[in-house]
Amino acid sequence: MGQGMEHVLLILAACVYCIGSVGYFVFLVRNEENVHRAALGILVAGAVFHGTAIVLRSAAAGHLAVTTLSEALSFFAWLMVVAYVLIQNRLRLRVLGSFVAPLAAAFMFGSAILPSHMIPATPLLKSTWVWIHVSTLFGANALFAVACAAGILYLYQERAIKRKRLGPLYGRLPSLERLDRVNHVCLLIGFPLMTVGLLAGFLYASTVWKSPWNWDPKEIFALITWLIYAVLLHERLAVGWRGRRAAWLAILGFSAVLITFLGVNLFLKGHHTLFVTQ
Amino acid sequence: MDIYLVGMNHKTAPVDIRERIAQVCRMDANPLEQRPHCKAVEELFFLSTCNRVEFLFTTRNGSDGVEEITDLMVRLIGLPKEMVLKHFYVHKNLEAVRHLFRVASGLDSMVVGEPQILGQIKDAYREATQYRTVGVVLNRLLHKTFSVAKRVRTETNIGCHAVSVSYAAVELAKKIFGDLRDKRVMLVGAGEMAELAAEHFRGQGVRDMVVVNRTLERAVELGRRFHAQTVPFAHFPDALLDVDIVLCSTAAAQPILTAADLKPRMRKRKNRPLFFIDIAMPRNVDPKVHEIDNVYLYDIDDLKGIVDLNLSERRHEAEKAQFIIDTETLQFQQWLQTLDVVPTIIALRRKAESIRQAELRKTLSQLPGLGDKEKEAIGVLTESMIKKLLHDPIVFLKKKSVRESKKLYVSFTRQLFNLDQEDAPARSLDCTDG
Repeated sequence: MGQGMEHVLLILAACVYCIGSVGYFVFLVRNEENVHRAALGILVAGAVFHGTAIVLRSAAAGHLAVTTLSEALSFFAWLMVVAYVLIQNRLRLRVLGSFVAPLAAAFMFGSAILPSHMIPATPLLKSTWVWIHVSTLFGANALFAVACAAGILYLYQERAIKRKRLGPLYGRLPSLERLDRVNHVCLLIGFPLMTVGLLAGFLYASTVWKSPWNWDPKEIFALITWLIYAVLLHERLAVGWRGRRAAWLAILGFSAVLITFLGVNLFLKGHHTLFVTQ
Repeated sequence: MDIYLVGMNHKTAPVDIRERIAQVCRMDANPLEQRPHCKAVEELFFLSTCNRVEFLFTTRNGSDGVEEITDLMVRLIGLPKEMVLKHFYVHKNLEAVRHLFRVASGLDSMVVGEPQILGQIKDAYREATQYRTVGVVLNRLLHKTFSVAKRVRTETNIGCHAVSVSYAAVELAKKIFGDLRDKRVMLVGAGEMAELAAEHFRGQGVRDMVVVNRTLERAVELGRRFHAQTVPFAHFPDALLDVDIVLCSTAAAQPILTAADLKPRMRKRKNRPLFFIDIAMPRNVDPKVHEIDNVYLYDIDDLKGIVDLNLSERRHEAEKAQFIIDTETLQFQQWLQTLDVVPTIIALRRKAESIRQAELRKTLSQLPGLGDKEKEAIGVLTESMIKKLLHDPIVFLKKKSVRESKKLYVSFTRQLFNLDQEDAPARSLDCTDG
């Protein structure tokens, strides 16, 4: 019963994200406030369905539903939409939705294609540490995704202004300073979250496998990702990096996130695949 | 009843007459006060800006109305009648409506798409309502005008693109910095165009300005005008550390700033973006500066290029706007046509109501024993009978109002119900659609 409901909600959320993507695309072309308001409303509705589905599944599984790659993708898509809605509320960056909505829809489809049988509750997954580890890291990744989208927009807009050829999207895109600020804010919140998440992972690993560091591929890539963002944060705060370089680094950082998150799970084996391949 | 529009604008009148118009624009006495002297004019609306004078009015007698308004305009402008007559235009009904829509949408303006005109029309309308010179038709027409202008603005990009060099500079600054209110603008040299751009920046809320000039006197003068502090010319490169936008317009023959000067200072600025607007000829800032990260340099040719692009864009958008205006004009015409049947509908209702009242009085006086409840019931009964009986003819008339044949049906109805025998009711200004 609960599972049927949850499936319906997930499908509904995926469809709603698709409609939202179309709405945002129309907004990109026509630049009408009403279109944007409708698209944002649709996206929020999708996030509500989606969130409910995740809660239902987590309740049924007895742990946070991020143990299979399918669940993880779905959870990530949800966090990304929530992060965008929050940023839209605080910083008014409408055009960013044109990136986030299709990305969320794509992740939902990825999630639907992958096998999604439920992992039986094991004591290994019930720990609070796992909960902290997963939710903070996913939150950080969602923020980094938004930072990456802002970075792409920044590079496009910056290039137009530098080349003195203002393209067709010139009127739609927000100012460089605001895009850079989104990058900055996402980094400021995302980096501590990521740090906390990694520390929680190491601590838990040391209790379960007696060692915090096990040369797990995911661990290695996560550390690389963390280093990239650490460099970006340091350069931003201490040296005053901003603009183009910061945008490039945010894109690079998110590529590393994707490799850690998807690539390692799909192609390499380690502690984290323990859950995924079951 | 017809709607007329009489006026002149920057396209029809030469400069010397436009100068007179500009004076009219500043005049205290409102020509709307003269309406009682115009016997043929019913409703009247008057608009004057520096580029146009327009009289919009309704009349049952077109030639007299136009004559009276022409005299009014001649008096207003204070030039010989022949001279004024040569330059003005008269639009009737559909053309008048279309012209008004075009004016309000900025299509008829000197700079196509400029937004001020709508505000000016709104002010003029407020005055007209204060003088009570507008009634059903013009009220409706002007409200429609506002909504058409708004539609044009939201559905086309006619007002989106800057069409002056200084405004294009401000737009670019907004694209780089977003909010300009907390930004610092530096004025180097004092060309006319730089001052204009500085005014634009002030208009965008910039309050923090710095003036750099070789002659101290001029710097102090400008500083006072823009409430800006002054910096000696020798300190100019270091003053770049804490400004965001630099407007250059000195007469220097050599560049006053090179990339080598700027590079180390950008590091000290922690790479905060810096936007140079170089409107000097020859250029004040070395073009290589543009290659530094987070530095943007636009010279006069770059800005002109943007403006030219925007102007052609606006002309393209104007075509879209024209289409909106044409459809809205047709819709308004349909409403206008229903007005022709309104007096007949009113007369019909009035006649029925007077019969009902008379018969009711007679009947009730013969039945003294009735209570209030019964009296009321009889009243409601008669009322609903009349309403139901008249419903179909009225719907029929309204439906025919947009057809050419409506005159036939109106006169037939008047004969059928014998409506012309009694005093034909005057058209009431408060009634919109019967």
